[in-house]
Amino acid sequence: MSYELVFDVKRGDFDTAGEASRKIKRTLQQLGVSNKVIRKVSIAGYEGEMNLAIHSSGGKIILEVGEEELVLTIEDTGPGIANIDLAMTAGWSTAGDEVRQMGFGAGMGLPNMKNNADNFQISSKIGEGTKIVMKFLV
Amino acid sequence: MEKLLHSVYLDEEKCLGCTTCLRSCPTGAIRVRGGKAIINESKCIDCGECIRICPHHAKLAKTDPLSKKDDYEYTVAMVAPAIIGQFKPKYSIDQILSAVKALGFDEVVEVAYGAEIVGQALKYEYHAKRYPHPLISSACPAVVKLIQVRFPELTGNICRLKSPMAMTARLIRKRIREEGIYKNSDVGVFFITPCAAKATMVNNPVSSEYDKYDQIDGAIAIKDIYSDLASLIGSCPIQEGIHNTTPESCTWALSGGESDYLKNKNVLHVDGIQNVINVLEEIECGKLDTIEFFEGLACIGGCVGGCLTVENNYVAKMYIQDRAKTMKQTSIVHMSDEYVKSIYNSGMMHIKERILPRSPEPLDQDINKAIEKMKQIEVLESKLPGLDCGSCGAPGCRALAEDIVAGKAKEIDCVFVLKDRVRDLSVLTNELLQVEHPTEKPLTKKD
Repeated sequence: MSYELVFDVKRGDFDTAGEASRKIKRTLQQLGVSNKVIRKVSIAGYEGEMNLAIHSSGGKIILEVGEEELVLTIEDTGPGIANIDLAMTAGWSTAGDEVRQMGFGAGMGLPNMKNNADNFQISSKIGEGTKIVMKFLV
Repeated sequence: MEKLLHSVYLDEEKCLGCTTCLRSCPTGAIRVRGGKAIINESKCIDCGECIRICPHHAKLAKTDPLSKKDDYEYTVAMVAPAIIGQFKPKYSIDQILSAVKALGFDEVVEVAYGAEIVGQALKYEYHAKRYPHPLISSACPAVVKLIQVRFPELTGNICRLKSPMAMTARLIRKRIREEGIYKNSDVGVFFITPCAAKATMVNNPVSSEYDKYDQIDGAIAIKDIYSDLASLIGSCPIQEGIHNTTPESCTWALSGGESDYLKNKNVLHVDGIQNVINVLEEIECGKLDTIEFFEGLACIGGCVGGCLTVENNYVAKMYIQDRAKTMKQTSIVHMSDEYVKSIYNSGMMHIKERILPRSPEPLDQDINKAIEKMKQIEVLESKLPGLDCGSCGAPGCRALAEDIVAGKAKEIDCVFVLKDRVRDLSVLTNELLQVEHPTEKPLTKKD
């Protein structure tokens, strides 16, 4: 048996930012997932949600819960990342001043996601979008 | 008093089942059944929100009567720092404390005394590096319970120093034991409490914070003794120099009072249970990683906003700040670093038991069954109106859907679903009335 939750995240929508991560956390608690895994998914999910709101032109967060693993997919429709290796470097960010003033854009988003996930895959194409697939062992 | 998991309870006669309290509860612990509010013990965190919001004053906190002190040979009142915000600064702290003593206690001691020790020891605990960041204050028992119930992964961040209340009780009992006049069991130590959560701490058997050497025998609500204090305060004899605590420790009753002890640290103090929840959510998802110490207090303004206080919390805050600014009594005891460090190193300040999560039960222990139930909940929720009106006795449509799947409620508990069913039934009734029955005589037309 598997279960799926999908959230749409719009660019620049800070009013609802964080809502998807909160819902994901509550859902996982109700499904009986351990607190340790929930914490990792919460952190990775929140970073992903913020990335969609800050950098992308909008996208989706998809949570799939299976018996053995959780899969968290963060998918957007652009603009795409030019140099993934650079983007994965801690402290590197393209975020503008406005976003930085809000306390985001420290360049820790992607490294944080990678650190918390048991398996992390990222692919991106300029003009098409970015897809991140993170797996967490239950 | 019987041992309870929480102190908030319902006066059934006063409860009209109006549903006002349902949505004020930060943990969704309340349902209305049979026209009365029911509190789920395992979810209640004693924050007192329902006590504050109930228009019929049907929610109360279980505390002890003043008469309980009569069971002991020697009695000590320990007053919460919040008490000095309950009276105008024209009355000195000595006067307030003397009035408490005049209620019939042999001795009165400020919990601010313990607060000063705990406050000063905080820096040692912070540097002990046994916690993930940020270190979270354990001062507010409602927030500690909130974390256990809603933020289980943060329980390891909670500071395991004893509360100022427990510390004060321990030092009182230690002194009396050393004086050797009264047996420990003949000494009654009572906490004059501003809130329900502290009352639970006093009466809660599951916490191993206390042993017989820091036993507190009862919690007496500030509001229960307020009128007696108000009449005694101008007339009872004043014991000069009874107040001996520092201005810093007295502001422990205000949000940020504890944080002030951690100088040069990145501290964040937040008051009001909903505000605390919002910030804990940010901490949980790793957003506030530069914060080194977090102080969350359930009541607006801090302990001065406790549901068992009398004075408006903002006014009480002003009184305490006024007093702290002008406090220069010679009786104030300034504790040396060495003294605090010796108490800290003695181990008597630490809670031995780990603070463990009290996570809500999953939908099912088996993840496949839990997923199945989750899907049922979503289908049910989509059929409900989404108004979160509370008429069904649950705090919202989602909660009703969860209750239905748990077998604790029915779909037609929702008045809108019920109305739809009635409409369907009336359509069917009409249809059936139109059907001509073979033996039925045709209706004669009236002229």
